[in-house]
Amino acid sequence: MEKEIRNESLPSCVREKVHDICREHGCDPGELIHILHALQRTFGYLPEAVQEAVAAELDIPVARVYGVVTFYSYFTMVPKGKYPVSVCLGTACYVRGAEAVLDEFRRQLEIGVGETTLDGLFSLDCLRCVGACGLAPVVSVGDRVYGRLTPEKVRGILSDYYRAAED
Amino acid sequence: MNGNTVGLTIDRKTMSVPPGTTILEAASAAGIRIPTLCHMKLEDLEYENNPGACRICVVEVEGRRNLAPACKTECTEGMVVHTHTPRVMNARRTVMELILSNHPAECLTCSKNGYCDLQKVAHDLGIREIRYRGEESVFVPDRSPAIVRDMNKCIMCRRCETACNTIQTVGALTAVNRGFRAVVATAFGRDMAGSTCSYCGQCVSVCPTGALSGRSHTDEVLKALADPEKIVIAQTAPAVRTALGRDFGYEAGTLVTGKMVSALRELGFDYVFDTDFAADLTIMEEGTEFLNRLRAEDADGERAKLPLMTSCCPGWVSFVEQHYPELLPRLSTARSPQQMFGSVAKRYFARLLGVERRRLVVVSVMPCLAKKYECSRLEFAVDGNPDVDVSIYTRELARLIRYANIDFRALPDGEFDRPFGESTGAGVIFGTTGGVIEAAMRTAYELYTGRPLPEIEFVRLRGMEGIRSATVDFDGKPVRIGIAHGLGNARRLVEEVLAGKSPYDAIEVMACPGGCIGGGGQPFHRGNMEVLRCRADALYREDAGKPLRKSHENPCVQELYREVLEEPCGPKAHEWLHTRYFDRKNGGTEDSGPEK
Repeated sequence: MEKEIRNESLPSCVREKVHDICREHGCDPGELIHILHALQRTFGYLPEAVQEAVAAELDIPVARVYGVVTFYSYFTMVPKGKYPVSVCLGTACYVRGAEAVLDEFRRQLEIGVGETTLDGLFSLDCLRCVGACGLAPVVSVGDRVYGRLTPEKVRGILSDYYRAAED
Repeated sequence: MNGNTVGLTIDRKTMSVPPGTTILEAASAAGIRIPTLCHMKLEDLEYENNPGACRICVVEVEGRRNLAPACKTECTEGMVVHTHTPRVMNARRTVMELILSNHPAECLTCSKNGYCDLQKVAHDLGIREIRYRGEESVFVPDRSPAIVRDMNKCIMCRRCETACNTIQTVGALTAVNRGFRAVVATAFGRDMAGSTCSYCGQCVSVCPTGALSGRSHTDEVLKALADPEKIVIAQTAPAVRTALGRDFGYEAGTLVTGKMVSALRELGFDYVFDTDFAADLTIMEEGTEFLNRLRAEDADGERAKLPLMTSCCPGWVSFVEQHYPELLPRLSTARSPQQMFGSVAKRYFARLLGVERRRLVVVSVMPCLAKKYECSRLEFAVDGNPDVDVSIYTRELARLIRYANIDFRALPDGEFDRPFGESTGAGVIFGTTGGVIEAAMRTAYELYTGRPLPEIEFVRLRGMEGIRSATVDFDGKPVRIGIAHGLGNARRLVEEVLAGKSPYDAIEVMACPGGCIGGGGQPFHRGNMEVLRCRADALYREDAGKPLRKSHENPCVQELYREVLEEPCGPKAHEWLHTRYFDRKNGGTEDSGPEK
């Protein structure tokens, strides 16, 4: 029997997408993490309404979905920026001054960790080790990795992206 | 060495245990106590919370480099275990200090003061100083109508999560976030009123600290008692009298009915009545309703409203509204005994006394947290004046008695006031699993067949198994009965019904394991099923000692029908004693709307 999902706040196209992705995984609660990965790839983030829809499709408590989403740092409930900035705070980066770099990003972007700028261009996150310890401290912006960063270099990197966004 | 057992030594005692036994279990069987905080096992309920999280139970195993958590380490052949070496005690004290480094030091004003596992273990370990100071978590307490959550006091034992998800299958609580920010919470950190919580209170029953507690309404009671304008009426649920004595040194299952009545009078209640009276009334309505539905089936084969599901338990009603709204037509529309009592008191007793309903303050003493929530439902109020003004639970009554310095053990046995203190044995057994349906069958049988019951006790409906079934013979008509206690068992029973596998005619559900005797407002039984059995036996004893044991024989109930209610399930009875339900499947924080 198909479960009817009565979630008024969700546009029907989103609802259908959730339905399809859950079906692709056999509506198996054991596939929850894969389903959430697929949904985040599709929507960019996992808002409450999407989590509620997943819970209804899999017939599990929404609290359990929320527990998984908040446990893994990869999942996010707020939309990421066009250029997601991730500052590595792994041991090597940390001892070589990653915290000062992070503080500079915070100051320049005027947002905290886990937040997105109002214009939607940048979001700021921390991560643990990208496997480029020789280049410490390391920051990734989107798919690009920047090594041997100092706070002084932060402004230059950001202005490159501001220019790219204007073009 | 025997192939079926494992031999080991704990604290110089040798023993042999079945393979797979943990050190904790082996020690416990040998009478050796090892302190625990997160571990909790309720044998009969097949509940075990064993995340191995707290590390208080560490022991020393010879030949092993690290200390071993007793709850997670299986016994092996020849193992030599020491449970209280200096190294073990030092580790336990360090673990406890680390737990306490992020715990508010407010024991004196905490609602769990004196009943807290954390406090007890800290005391046993002789903690006098907390050497670790660091960041402290800051959560805003969440006050729902029935349950208060103060997550600053949470030690992440996750017992509540297991109770809510595994036993009750309510799924309101879950662990969220990680590391220092990890906490047990509802979905999206909403307050409990906005979650799927049914207010059964089983999370409160298992919480080892003050993180989860019942909402207290003792101040409202004291205020009403002090107000000379108010006429304050008590009604006491059957399960309360089996457990209240625990706080005053009585053995589990000691009936303290008479002393409880006297204590309420001492506290200043103007009338002390019995919810059992209203339970008899409930049977008149629910029993008649059941027969009407059964006869409709006899007449035209219509089974749409069968099985009839009992509606006395507000935790269960809330569960159906949130998880199985398609089953709402099967719920009996009869109000719970608590609300029937309130309705009759405010509508009828006020008239007898010649006063406005607002001058009456109806206080219910319940074994239950969900009853507080039930009182807040708008359909049980007239012009904003609730039928039951305040509901307090068993532990709160004990608190009031201590507060007033009443020497409970020295009290004489008092008698309930009339007319609403008169009850039959059928009303008494409402407090245990299987009791409501047994009471209903005693009356329904006689009304259906027109003949007296050959055997008054339906022994097959009794017991502590999670799901039970039996068939009662109504003069050639088999009546199939299903019973579940604990919402997880209820869910299993309901799924069977929905799948067409269990053609029951009537189903009794109580949200708490054991029924009301194991309610979220009772003195903590900490999973000791023997305590629940003693409480159930006490109710069956009180029932057996009653001169009248069938609800329809209660003279005060008969008089009430003659005077005002006319007939069971009639228009008047419907207005006063029945209710309606709401589909709350999607969030459903909006309340139940004004009275019809």
